[in-house]
Amino acid sequence: MSAKLPPGLQLEKVDDRIMTLNVGPQHPGSGHMRIIIKVDGDYIVHTDPDPGYVHRGEEKMAEYRNYITNIPHLERPVIHDSCNILYPYCLGIEELLGLEVPERAKYLRVIAAELNRCVYIQYWLAIYGIFLGHSTMFMWPTGDRELLIDLLEKMTGARVTHAYFVPGGIRNDVPPNFEDVCLRQVNYFEKRIKEYADVFYDNPILISRTRDTGVLSREDAIKLGTTGSVLRASGVDFDIRKKEPYDVYDELDFQSPTLKEGDSYARSKIPWLDMFESCRIIRDALKKMPKSGSVRVKLKPKPKGGDTEIYRRVESGRGALGMYIVSKGKPQPYRLKISVPSFRNLIAMPHLLTGEKLGNMPAVYWSLNYWPVEADR
Amino acid sequence: MVNDITVSKPKGLSVINQINSNNANVFVGKLGDVLYKAVGTPLGMALNWGRLWSLWPVHIETACCSVEFGAASGPRYDVERFGIIEAFGSLRQCDLVVVQGTITRKMAPRLRLVYDQMPEPKYVIAMGACAITGGLYFDSYNVLPGIDGILPVDVYVPGCPPRPETLIQGCMLLQEKIKRMKAR
Amino acid sequence: MYVTARENKKNEGKVVLKMSSDENNTNVEKTEEAPPVPEFENPLANLILKKFPSATIAFANPDRTRVNVSKEEIIQTASFIRDELHFDHAESVSGVDYPDEKQIEVVYHLGSYDDPSLSKQIMILATRVPREDNPHPGNDTTKLSSLYEIFPSVAFHERECFEMLGVYFEGNPDNRRLLLPEDWADIPPLRKDFDIKGR
Repeated sequence: MSAKLPPGLQLEKVDDRIMTLNVGPQHPGSGHMRIIIKVDGDYIVHTDPDPGYVHRGEEKMAEYRNYITNIPHLERPVIHDSCNILYPYCLGIEELLGLEVPERAKYLRVIAAELNRCVYIQYWLAIYGIFLGHSTMFMWPTGDRELLIDLLEKMTGARVTHAYFVPGGIRNDVPPNFEDVCLRQVNYFEKRIKEYADVFYDNPILISRTRDTGVLSREDAIKLGTTGSVLRASGVDFDIRKKEPYDVYDELDFQSPTLKEGDSYARSKIPWLDMFESCRIIRDALKKMPKSGSVRVKLKPKPKGGDTEIYRRVESGRGALGMYIVSKGKPQPYRLKISVPSFRNLIAMPHLLTGEKLGNMPAVYWSLNYWPVEADR
Repeated sequence: MVNDITVSKPKGLSVINQINSNNANVFVGKLGDVLYKAVGTPLGMALNWGRLWSLWPVHIETACCSVEFGAASGPRYDVERFGIIEAFGSLRQCDLVVVQGTITRKMAPRLRLVYDQMPEPKYVIAMGACAITGGLYFDSYNVLPGIDGILPVDVYVPGCPPRPETLIQGCMLLQEKIKRMKAR
Repeated sequence: MYVTARENKKNEGKVVLKMSSDENNTNVEKTEEAPPVPEFENPLANLILKKFPSATIAFANPDRTRVNVSKEEIIQTASFIRDELHFDHAESVSGVDYPDEKQIEVVYHLGSYDDPSLSKQIMILATRVPREDNPHPGNDTTKLSSLYEIFPSVAFHERECFEMLGVYFEGNPDNRRLLLPEDWADIPPLRKDFDIKGR
């Protein structure tokens, strides 16, 4: 009977051993997505992620707006990492229009992007803490995050949705005393995140919950095309900032942390180690930055691109974020595809969760550095 | 006056005599109405006062405004001191839905389902431009132009996203509204 | 400074875009002349052209190479790219709608994690499938062989492309709806003839 029905309408075989659970969209451990999980006793036997609850049609809307008016809504998928999602877009438009970014703007962009990366990771870490029932780990990062949000607010004028990057530079220069304040805040911030080791990363409860759960081997990580912290936790040293340096990343002194274990603990530790590197980058950039100069190239209204296509990518807080822009000589892009790291890491979710215990689901799920709004676009 | 009272006494007694197993419910209901009218207003104020300082928001994130909702629960803004606790997982104990941003066509039935499962009384805050009118996504093919069509909204909190202070102000407006509300 | 450097490199390595209709002509030229090895500073482009003469190289920058192939050849080309050129994962799969040419272009962006010399390089593998004016996703001629067997990382990207543009990927184990609501009954939204409201 089931052979004649179309695939979507086939009746499910009822099994008294296997139980289907809907995790989300209203679930303290799911976020804005649903994971359909089948459990046999305490073990997950089948996982089917069901994203799309925040699918807002960004790519379609971008075809109707010109290159400048696209900026505000393109940053909405990750508002707490908004500089990094606009970065590949601006790089792409600059390549399209042949713009040269002033030197000072390049450094300020790097500083804004790294501050934003820390803001993103702190929020992610806070949610990871609350997923594991560790309330202190919610309160500390949320509080320390406000320091950097203050800095970004000073820089850009907005708390989270900055719209700071524009093709040809940045929107406005920083206030005069910014460098001293930034250095002081970043130093304090680095001192604070060192303390997370005591309360979170060396905590035996965390270690016993996340060690050896959801192990992603190096081969699987490569085969599944994962990116960012998931990839680097599995022992692949791949960071776009190192491999394909954009703006001034090739002049700055930093490393990309890599771990070999590939379990949830390693995946949760990589972003934390990333924050130290971000602090290093910010300090180095503040030192090397030209003290004055213009920060923006003047653009014509409604700039038009040629008949070409561009794919640019950057390393965001979650991994490689690419933008594929097809231009047909109009002020609007003909097609804009945002290749987001969350969507690329989604494929690892059924791979990792199947075979795990149900209790490990939040620890594995959020360690994938997955932000559902971004994955749905 | 005196005559009226003397007449009404046997009437009331006859009503009591008529009570049997079939109409007992009706009588108790009427008694409830009388009691409600007598003590309803002061009791309602007490009930509302009790609800006022323990609003439990349900844990449903719908879009990116949840970032600012999370920040509002954090140590700097700390909504708990205004009587609103952190987002909570169990629907049956919650009485506040903070709609945190864009409602897509896929999310709308789920949001209504969440609302329907919550016990009365329940309140709704529409947070962010997308939840109010559709915001930036007014012309998107998959976004509802505001949540008025699916939920009765008590307070609108504008912003894209609203700052945590704005959210706190919205919550305080809701408390003000509950204070003046008829108890449900 | 960085942008100008990129521009220069691009102009050096740039080759005139050959449309699919010119394929026959270019084939004839290639068989008559010596293979255009000196044209590309990019060795990947030469390797692909040597193996698949009917493929066209749209451009070959130092860090981006775009190969257009016909839809029948895509499996062989992708296997060659994986086995011989050591690209091991797909970064994105995007569909571009060309209603005037009655075609939909499917673009695979392939990258390499294992080979450090290729870490800057993105191999852009593009093919075109016929497009129908009244789409019936899954049951019309808009079909393409899935690259799932070669690059397992395309699984969710191809699912997205199926619902957004109506390109059915034969061989993908999971062709269900992914992002759109369950009751979506309109044409695939990223097609050019799907208009959003108020525009």
